[in-house]
Amino acid sequence: MAWTWFHKLGSPPYVFRLAETLTPWFWWISAVLIGYGLIGGLVISPADYQQGEGYRILYVHAPTAWMSLQVYVVMAVASAVGLIWRIKVAHAAAASCGSMGATFTACALATGSLWGGPMWGTYWEWDPRIIFELVLLFQFLGYVGLRAAIDDKQRADRICAVLAIVGVVNIPIIHYSVEWWNSLHQTASVMKLGSKPTMPMSMLMPLMSMFLGYVALFGALLLTRLRAELLSRERSASWIREAVHA
Amino acid sequence: MASFIEYLDMGGYARYVWPAYIIVVAAITLNIYTARRALKRAREAALRRLATKTEPVEQLRSQVGNAQ
Repeated sequence: MAWTWFHKLGSPPYVFRLAETLTPWFWWISAVLIGYGLIGGLVISPADYQQGEGYRILYVHAPTAWMSLQVYVVMAVASAVGLIWRIKVAHAAAASCGSMGATFTACALATGSLWGGPMWGTYWEWDPRIIFELVLLFQFLGYVGLRAAIDDKQRADRICAVLAIVGVVNIPIIHYSVEWWNSLHQTASVMKLGSKPTMPMSMLMPLMSMFLGYVALFGALLLTRLRAELLSRERSASWIREAVHA
Repeated sequence: MASFIEYLDMGGYARYVWPAYIIVVAAITLNIYTARRALKRAREAALRRLATKTEPVEQLRSQVGNAQ
């Protein structure tokens, strides 16, 4: 009985209506949190004692980089669920992640490069974390390209799901790269197991607000794209009549 | 005014900090725009399909029928 809500998530009409209800909430939450994060990061938080005002790139760099990994994990998990239990909604959700992930990853690389310029003295370094983040960008682009190259949607779902699941091996490599190898990239300041963040609250609050805002933004974008995917996939279903007239 | 210009200068890091923020805000705006456009197009396509009042299977049947 407790699992009925989970089974409902396999039903396109139910998910479409649920997404329609939840999307505005996600938009508003993300607008408030990202708004506070931007003001907090640019104005309220104090300058860093070593990097001065230049460290403010952190507030856009770190959340985009975290997001790039999270979007990939969501895409891989949705792909696995779609492949194992043959759930169409899960494949549609995975398909919605590709282009979003590519833009977040490209932003992480671009903002990181702009941060590296003044602080490391180079815009690009063949550093483990940066190389594997670049590989992640190619994975997202490959996923989007492969999906676009296959006309049969069900075939595209299965093949792209395998690609997404195999590629998930890159995620722990990116996360732990700064610990496994001697890296120019700094180690984690916030997400460290068993220890407190090495950052004062005045700097941490806007960063966490940006991060949660990004999560909400991803939710809103994913649900919007998912609705579009479901509408284009469910060609003959009668519920579409209700959905488009609603 | 002088303090505002000083703020914009970001302690000499202006040419790194502002482009980073502009890139991210532009990428977010682009993502919102493309996602909403995808939904709008899917909705319009669905409305067009409903207007023809024939299901895809029936359309295929009629095409096969015409070919014969």
